[in-house]
This record gives sequence, structure tokens and C-alpha cells, in this order.
Amino acid sequence: MKIEINNLRFTYPTGLEALRGISLTIEAGEQVAIVGQNGAGKTTLVRHFNGLLQPTVGSVLIGDWDTKKYSVAKLASRVGYVFQNPDEQLFSKDVGTEVRFGPRNLGYSKEKIDELVTRALALTELSNKTETNPYDLSPTWRKMVALASVIAMDTPIVIFDEPTTGQDAVNVARIAHVIAKLRREGKTVVTITHDIDFCAENFERVIALASGQVLLDGPAREILGQEEILAQTYVDPPQLTRLGKKLGFKETVRSQEEFLNSLKNSIDASQSK
Amino acid sequence: MAFINLQNVTYKYPLTKTPVLQNINLQVNEGEFVAVIGPNGAGKSTLCYALAGFVPHFFKGEISGTIEVDGVESSKSTLDEWVLNVGLAFQNPFNQISGAKYTVFEEIAFGLENNGVPREEIRPRVEEAMKMTDISNLADRSPYSLSGGQQQRVALTSILVMKPKLLVLDEPTSQMDPIGTREVFGVVRRMAEGGMTVVMVEHKMEWIANFADRVIALKDGQILLEGKPNEVLTSDVLAENGFGISRYTSTAREAKKRGLWKKENLPVTLDEAVEGFKLG
Ligand SMILES: Nc1ncnc2c1ncn2[C@@H]1O[C@H](COP(=O)(O)OP(=O)(O)OP(=O)(O)O)[C@@H](O)[C@H]1O
Ligand SMILES: Nc1ncnc2c1ncn2[C@@H]1O[C@H](COP(=O)(O)OP(=O)(O)O)[C@@H](O)[C@H]1O
Ligand SMILES: [Mg+2]
Ligand SMILES: [Mg+2]
Repeated sequence: MKIEINNLRFTYPTGLEALRGISLTIEAGEQVAIVGQNGAGKTTLVRHFNGLLQPTVGSVLIGDWDTKKYSVAKLASRVGYVFQNPDEQLFSKDVGTEVRFGPRNLGYSKEKIDELVTRALALTELSNKTETNPYDLSPTWRKMVALASVIAMDTPIVIFDEPTTGQDAVNVARIAHVIAKLRREGKTVVTITHDIDFCAENFERVIALASGQVLLDGPAREILGQEEILAQTYVDPPQLTRLGKKLGFKETVRSQEEFLNSLKNSIDASQSK
Repeated sequence: MAFINLQNVTYKYPLTKTPVLQNINLQVNEGEFVAVIGPNGAGKSTLCYALAGFVPHFFKGEISGTIEVDGVESSKSTLDEWVLNVGLAFQNPFNQISGAKYTVFEEIAFGLENNGVPREEIRPRVEEAMKMTDISNLADRSPYSLSGGQQQRVALTSILVMKPKLLVLDEPTSQMDPIGTREVFGVVRRMAEGGMTVVMVEHKMEWIANFADRVIALKDGQILLEGKPNEVLTSDVLAENGFGISRYTSTAREAKKRGLWKKENLPVTLDEAVEGFKLG
């Protein structure tokens, strides 16, 4: 499902203008990463997608729904949002109840709920923790619970606010796997992240926000190579991209395979001279 | 004598079946900057709690062995006394705001006021600390109207401003943007140069290698490896045990297999990687 943002401005009740004219279209089935410095407005932007915030100026369309005309409860059938701070999201006494809550609220059949919940728990490695109180888990596992309870809702749009923070390599791979799965199912995925290597390896389109505006928007390869511009919003290019630049590779590399290919080519070229 | 001295520390929370820390022996010198790494559930936060007095003074459970900081044994002290010397930044920064204050400035001054630091000393100390973490512009904001990364900076600053002898940081850059992360490592390094002892849980290998003196790799409550950053962070053992590793390291390891990395040592930092691949 498509997301359309038209000249969006947002001012918090404190008077702070956090979004200053954002226009963007995210196509159905697109996988987009949002990066940018602390306070750039990333969370403020995505909270408009499920109606937690309403535009001060401009509009946000979720498919054909203008968020101004639909309640948060209604929008929840189209947009799932994994909060940056899982503690704002979780309220059930055990993991199983938490993950069931969303799909049940959407009125799915008992069979569908069972299937969605089982799948979400398996994908997040939580199947054996259904009886656990989320507050007995570490913050990293609470985040996985938050993630499970959102993917269990099976919404056409899924938003992740910094999903990999504090996660170890195994869980980061698990989250990448979830995102890949959602891509295959044709879902629209928007992920906020400071983990630029994760961003490079899992997303085709990158949007960099700075001070409430779009600084860069385009294919990951193009965006993540622009060291000087990214620095304006406190973002470094991915590790291997930086390394490739330092070694004088002409092309911007994003993955280990790309790096090793470019390395091989540059060695071959220098030997044939 | 070591500033931190942990002897055979074994600890179990009331609800856990097996010990979460097992026979930990750890000595850290004054002014040393030690990074702790490990997969989820390794016991990193529990180790932080043990250093900061929360284990066993707040979390009950069963503990054996001794925890000594600056010559004082934890079990013979109280939490109130302990926190005068040891500052802890919790893993979840969102829960660290005191709730007692209207502005970020007051929030950061809170601990100093509580400790009876004279008024005229408070302002310059708070201002200096806010400069270090780049939040001077947030001074008059409400601590509740901040982005995730801004909250984490406020939480960290309110610990730094106390100038504890031992600084314990549990993933202090988890919500921070990349350049902010690097700055925090730089600030912590400078604190250590000034004599503060630092234990920091982190996942960002490149910056650990650039800034820390020593790395402790923890898994299943035990110290798996310990040593100089480059040694530990390039060890095959890490990759085999689910630890995160720097892309420079994993890529050079693969390059080595293909004969494209000639050096003996693998890299962790950009500079090490550039140097090694230039030889290729
Ligand atoms: N509830 C609030 N009331 C007032 N201002 C707020 C509130 N939440 C955020 N802000 C401000 O709005 C701006 C954008 O914040 P936002 O949370 O969207 O940033 P972000 O890009 O998600 O940052 P981070 O990477 O730190 O999570 C910041 O200046 C922030 O201080
Ligand atoms: N308050 C607690 N009560 C019971 N068990 C806990 C508590 N805190 C952590 N644990 C358990 O102790 C183990 C180590 O956790 P923790 O120290 O948080 O690891 P890490 O910080 O390395 O992820 C985990 O199995 C975790 O579930
Ligand atoms: Mg945010
Ligand atoms: Mg922890």
C-alpha cells in the first residue's frame, strides 16, 4: 500500500516545529530506510502514518485514506508501528497475550489469529516465552516482543523505529530476515535506523532527514556514498563504502561481495599496468 | 592494587535457574577504559549492576565472591554510599529521567543539588557537561519532549556531570546517530585520560577498537576472552559465538581466504583496513 506525504509540517504543542515541509511518496511494496541525526524528525514523521500525530499543515495519505479522517484504531488495520521505546507499546501481562492483542483487535478469525501469532513468535524466536511477562525480559527482548506483536497484525504497511539497537548479531540477522519476508509478501516497509551498515545491506531506497526536511532521497548506492552531505545530518557512510572510497575505488560499494569484487578488479588493473 | 577487583563473582537473580554471572574474575586499573561485549543475555547488564551496587543491594538473589571498588567491598557498603563513587547509565535511557524537573538543565543539575554541591559550582559544571554531549541547545527544553537520542544524551550527561570515580555505561550510544556515537567514545576516552575508570558495554566494534584500552568478551555469564581490542575483536572465537564483528574484520577474513589480504593481523578500524588492503 502506498504512502503519500504532501507538504507536511508539524509543530509540537511546545512550539517546536519538528517537520518543515516534507513531500514524499512511498510506493506499495517499497522498502525504505530513514536515516538522520538525533532530533531530525524521523520518529515525528512516522508517527503521522498511523495517526498518532496529525499534520499541522499538509496531509498524509495511507492508500486512499487521509489520516485526518480516520482514527488511530482504524489506521491500525493498514499501518503497524514498532515504537522506538518498546515500553510505550507493551502493556500485557505476558508475551502471548501481547502478540495476540493486535490481530484480535483487527477482528480476524480465530484460525487466522492463531496462524499469525504462531508465525510472528517463531520469526522473533519467542515461541518458548509466551508465558513470560515482557517486563521480566531485557530491553532488547522487549523490543523483539514489540516487533512480533506488530508483524502479527499482518498490515500492508509496517514501520520499524530503530529495530536493531542493542541487538546482537543473531537478532540483527533475524530482523533482516523478517524484513526480507515482508518484502516477498509485497508489504511496504519503512525502517528508521542509525545502523548504516544494516541500512546498506537491507534497503534499496534511503531517505536522509535533517532538521525536519528531506536532505537526500534515492537509491541506497547513490545516497550512502555522499559523505559530505550525509555529514550535515551526522551520518557516516557504511564501513565498506568508506573503505572503498579510501582505497580509491570508482564505484560505491555496499556489501562484502561488492567490496571484494572491486578490490580484485583494482588489483588486476594495477598489475596489468 | 587494582581499582576494580572482582573475585570469583557468581550471581543468580531470584527468578533465574542458573547463575547469570559465573565465577567472574576481573581487575581494572584506575583510569582504564574497558569495553564489555557479548550477545543478548550474556550478563553484560548484570555485570554493570554488580559494579554499580544494584547487585546485590537492589536486586536480591544469591551472590558469592567479592566485588571491590577503590578498596571498598560492596557487600560491606550501602547503595547510598556506593553511588557517590559509581555512576551507572542504564541500558534503557527512557527510564532514567527523574521526573522531578521541568527543564533539561535542572534535570542534569539534580544529582549535584542532591549531593549538596554549592550553587555557584553547579551552573558551570552542568554547562560544561552539556557541551561535552552536544546538548547545550536543549537546556531549557522539557526532558519529556525529546527525541530518543536526545533523551539518551541527557541521561548520559546527568551521570557525567557527577564525575564519579567509576563510570559504568550500559550501551550508552544505542539511540545515537553515528557522529554522536563517535563523540561519546571520544568524551569517555578523555574522562579516562583524566583518571576516571570506565566500564562500557557496547556493540560498535570499530569505535571500541579506536578508543578502549581493553575488551572483555562475555558469554553465558562467563568471560570468554579478554585482552587488547584488536586481539579480542579479530579472534575467530567471536565470530563462532554469535558476537557482532566489524565489517572490516569479516571482510578481511574472507579476503584472506581468497589471497587478497596478506597481513597476519585482521583489521577492526578503518585505518587498519586501509593499511592492510593497500598491501594487497
Ligand atoms: N513530545 C514532544 N514534544 C515536543 N517536542 C518534541 C517531542 N518529541 C520530539 N520532539 C522534538 O522534535 C524534534 C524531532 O524529534 P524526533 O523524535 O522526531 O527525532 P528523531 O529523528 O526520531 O531523533 P532520534 O534519532 O533521536 O530518535 C526534536 O527536536 C525533538 O526534541
Ligand atoms: N531482573 C532480572 N530478573 C531475573 N533475570 C534477569 C533479570 N535481569 C536479567 N535477567 C536474566 O539474566 C541473564 C543476563 O541478562 P543481562 O545481564 O540483561 O544480559 P545482557 O545485558 O548481556 O543482554 C538473562 O538470561 C536475563 O534474562
Ligand atoms: Mg526517533
Ligand atoms: Mg543488557
